Amino acid sequence: MMEWVISFLLLLGGSLVLVGSIGLVKMPDFFMRLHGPTKATTLGMACLLFAAMAYYGFYGEGVSVKEVLISMFLLITAPISGYMLIKSAIHHRLDSIESTRGKDKIEED
Amino acid sequence: MLETVILIVFAMIGVSLLLNLWRLVVGPSIPDRILALDTMYINTIALIVLYGMNMGTSLYFEAALLIALLGFVSTVAVCKYLLRGDIIE
Repeated sequence: MMEWVISFLLLLGGSLVLVGSIGLVKMPDFFMRLHGPTKATTLGMACLLFAAMAYYGFYGEGVSVKEVLISMFLLITAPISGYMLIKSAIHHRLDSIESTRGKDKIEED
Repeated sequence: MLETVILIVFAMIGVSLLLNLWRLVVGPSIPDRILALDTMYINTIALIVLYGMNMGTSLYFEAALLIALLGFVSTVAVCKYLLRGDIIE
């Protein structure tokens, strides 16, 4: 039973990581490309680390504090790095396609 | 069954690392390349955690924690450099 749960979490995490990277390659401009890694990849990493926690809690030497630390750290720092990236993209005035909304709300600095 | 699933997820993360490498080489602007590097370090953490699960040891989590810390700090430092032309003012 536990093996099924761990396998499901592993497959879900791997698929989400793959979807994030496909979005990073396929999307047309930077403001859309930022969505894949900041959302899908972070959720996939959380799923993979939960699977690792369940694996070590069930088969190994018990849940250690390191898995919890890594997942907390990743979930906290992904929005911050996304914010810094979008700030630098706005600062450099990157090109975007026509249907990207919100360009008129960017203030001139 | 778990061994097969771990191998499949290894293949998925390998493919996503190759896609990130493509974006890192092609990427038309500098923030694109920083974003590709940021995604690459997150995928590397996933690869290390999976390798630890495959070997049945939790030794590798310390390396994963170090990569998480250094990757976040380097991303923020490079973005700060792009924004201000200086890291620590």
